[in-house]
Amino acid sequence: MAQATFEEISASDFFYRNRDIAGLTNPSRAIFVAIREIVENSLDAAESQKIPPDVYVRLSYEGEATKETQIYKLRVEDNGSGIPPRFIPSAFGQVLYGSKYKLKQARGTFGLGGKMAVLYGQITTHQPVFVTSSTGQEKIYSFKLMIDIQRNKPIILDRKVLINKDHWRGTIVEFTLEGDYLRAMPKIIEYFKQTAMVNPYANITFVDPKGRLYKFTRATTIMPESPKETMPHPYGVDVELLQRLIQITTCTNMLDFLKGHFHRVGEITAIKFLIFSNLISFSCREHGKIENDQIKWVDSRPSCPSCGKTAEYSSKNPKKLSHEEIVRLMQNLKKYKDFLPPDASCLSPLGEDLLKAGIIKELKPEYLVVHQRKPSTYAGHPFIVELAMAYGGDVPKRGTFVIYRFANKIPLLYDEASDVSYRVISVMNWRRYKVAPEMPIAIVVHICSTKVPYKTVGKEFIADRPEVRREVANALREVARQLQHFLARQEHVHMEKKRLGIFSKYLPKIAEFSTTLAQQKRLPDIDKLLKSVQKYGAEES
Amino acid sequence: MAQKKAKIAERQLEVIAGLKAFGTQIYNQLDQGVFPTINMPSRSTENINYDPTLRQFILGEKSVSRSARNIRHIKPFTQLAWAAMFSNELTTQRKTSTLRDVYYSAQAYEMTFTDQQESNNIITDLETLTGFAREDFHIFPEERSAIFGDLDIGYTVPGYEGKTLNLTSHPDGVLIGPALTSSEFIGTKADKVIAIEKGALFTRFIEENVHNKHKSLLISCGGQAPRQTRSFIRRLHDELGLPVFILTDGDPWGMHIAQVIISGSANAAHLRELNTPDAVWSGVWASDIVEYKLPTDPLDEVDIKRLNELARDPRYQNDPLWQREIKLFLKIKRKAEQEAFSRYGLTYIVDEYLPTKLEQAKGKK
Ligand SMILES: Nc1ncnc2c1ncn2[C@@H]1O[C@H](COP(=O)(O)OP(=O)(O)O)[C@@H](O)[C@H]1O
Ligand SMILES: [Mg+2]
Repeated sequence: MAQATFEEISASDFFYRNRDIAGLTNPSRAIFVAIREIVENSLDAAESQKIPPDVYVRLSYEGEATKETQIYKLRVEDNGSGIPPRFIPSAFGQVLYGSKYKLKQARGTFGLGGKMAVLYGQITTHQPVFVTSSTGQEKIYSFKLMIDIQRNKPIILDRKVLINKDHWRGTIVEFTLEGDYLRAMPKIIEYFKQTAMVNPYANITFVDPKGRLYKFTRATTIMPESPKETMPHPYGVDVELLQRLIQITTCTNMLDFLKGHFHRVGEITAIKFLIFSNLISFSCREHGKIENDQIKWVDSRPSCPSCGKTAEYSSKNPKKLSHEEIVRLMQNLKKYKDFLPPDASCLSPLGEDLLKAGIIKELKPEYLVVHQRKPSTYAGHPFIVELAMAYGGDVPKRGTFVIYRFANKIPLLYDEASDVSYRVISVMNWRRYKVAPEMPIAIVVHICSTKVPYKTVGKEFIADRPEVRREVANALREVARQLQHFLARQEHVHMEKKRLGIFSKYLPKIAEFSTTLAQQKRLPDIDKLLKSVQKYGAEES
Repeated sequence: MAQKKAKIAERQLEVIAGLKAFGTQIYNQLDQGVFPTINMPSRSTENINYDPTLRQFILGEKSVSRSARNIRHIKPFTQLAWAAMFSNELTTQRKTSTLRDVYYSAQAYEMTFTDQQESNNIITDLETLTGFAREDFHIFPEERSAIFGDLDIGYTVPGYEGKTLNLTSHPDGVLIGPALTSSEFIGTKADKVIAIEKGALFTRFIEENVHNKHKSLLISCGGQAPRQTRSFIRRLHDELGLPVFILTDGDPWGMHIAQVIISGSANAAHLRELNTPDAVWSGVWASDIVEYKLPTDPLDEVDIKRLNELARDPRYQNDPLWQREIKLFLKIKRKAEQEAFSRYGLTYIVDEYLPTKLEQAKGKK
């Protein structure tokens, strides 16, 4: 990858120098990001096996670092897939090494997050990382690693093999890092709470440096459907990906290359695309070379215009493409109109039921409405928007809507005002729905995609893409409509109660006053009247 | 005299019977298992018309109905029933009360009014419904005005029956309150009534012996004359045959104080005999301002707006005097208070102005 650009420094060196793009900007943010990255790896590892995750996180105080910062030890244990021993060193000691390059929805995508945290720990404390893992087989492997930053290579300081009597499966990661937990604490607790909300099938335990225990217990063991791996869609590729695919491919011509490595590209589509980008040439056995624009389609086959026989064709070996040709190929892939849109089987949305379960668990709302949009795409990447509105209960009343943003089940806690959801929510005409920001309302937006359109590597907010914006807006309208119905119904019940209250308050008084005025001794019988209002009320609701 | 007394007692009985009839109507409806409903003339502006023959505002044909069936009506309906019961109690026990009292008394029955205005409205409803004035129910407003002059009255209030009073007995004048308005007139030496807008001039007139010099009963209106004062003036006019002259400040507000005494207010369109159509506005006119070269203040925006409103008011159409004076006010764009005559000395208004104005009025008649 990118060798042409960064020949002088290794990937880990580069990312270390630019660590703020990953969100490791300051000691408080660093500790938050480190916890988040390691926890996400654990959740990914469990979910990939459809195992309800059990994640245990402990942050303990190790000593002073500077006036404002301390050294902490972070330990994260999970019951996920485990890592085969031969991959462990690279998974934790080589930046941009990961198992999530194939296209399916996952939390991590860059082969970067966990290692950035480990790298940060190593730089600030000069201590190795300990990784213990087993895939549930006979053995448990334990590594003591450091990263050779210059060479972007793991250094194995120690390696132990233990007998796995209990067939334990999972991974334990432990390393030290410098940070400012006290400042980071509110965000960290919020992170766990919100993670519990979109992972209602997970048990998450956090023990903080003061020994306080935060426990988030699962509400269900039902897991969302696992995403299926797919190949990249032609609209979504960039030069880097093309280069990588060309490197690894065993195909020797462009037609096979397209068919073999791209989502929703079959023979006919591939041929048509190659004609479109002039990367194929046809000939007829009898009539010789056929110009691309002369090709006749007979029974879905490219044929000779003169005799109608199926034409022969040849296309270039992808490995022989020059850099310019690769760039042009990428541009043509984006320009070509007739690719079928990507399907969403590579996505794993929570689904309305699980989203409901998570929100009920964390917010106990009086009313909850969730809505999942149909899959949609932006720039060749499929995505699904799931949205919920919770009213009352534990939903805080802040004078503005409480917005919970999630991308691929990761809570997004920073830069709310820059997020596409925030913008959609703020320009919405709420009065139309008789909904006001003063009400205790929480809006939960979950966007899942094989490529979440983050604005930064730091995974903080979603860029304002028109396709994404439209989906969020439509979902929002739908839930707002339903909330409006609920509020109207509630208002109706309330009014009905009030109405009955008014009649039963005043009718007896009228009876009393008129009896005195009319100089009667007996009160008139008003039971019938009171019953009639009740009946009337029942009919109405 | 005995006859007059009987008239007042008779009216009491009528009031009590009216209230009982109202109560019986509601009671019967309830007892028959129907939601009680009442009808009464509408007091909305489009149903208030000026009647040139009666020379006052009256209510038209439109009526409104109030039903206990209606969620928006049931509270005011109950309040109305309560107000009737409360009035009945006051009238039969011959006790008096004020609008403020009404507001507070309701609380004892868990009938709390939201504000004074709401309770005042209910009393007006009761007036409209029964055709009696709240004074008939022994409910009086807070504001009081006063009278001074040679009039003998006989009390009818409990504990004072048979006692009489001459209304010159106290130099500050006598309060026009329930005891006075319910009294009988025995006799007077006066041949006219002068109603004065402000208390200061009223006191001046007493000091200057105007009641003797001009054989008059003096009334201090205290600004806009309260309803009981207006109906008392009407009684002085009707029962004693006295002409009524009104002296106000020379501005649109003073002019309208006089007009309300003469033609009544739209607010009281549901009631009769609160006004005195034959009363005369004697000044201060705009033309007086010019003629007597009175010290003035400029009219402000609100004054001018008010003058334009009055110019269109039906009550200002029957006598050319009104339109003439309104036009002149608008032309000179000045106004003057009654006190402005002091520039000619303290007694000028009594010695010069008043006789001239009274002559003027006589000539007009
Ligand atoms: N707890 C874990 N269980 C299983 N595999 C893990 C775990 N943590 C990390 N890995 C492996 O290490 C790889 C690198 O992780 P990371 O640096 O966070 O990058 P990314 O998550 O973006 O792929 C992952 O792709 C995964 O294969
Ligand atoms: Mg990761």
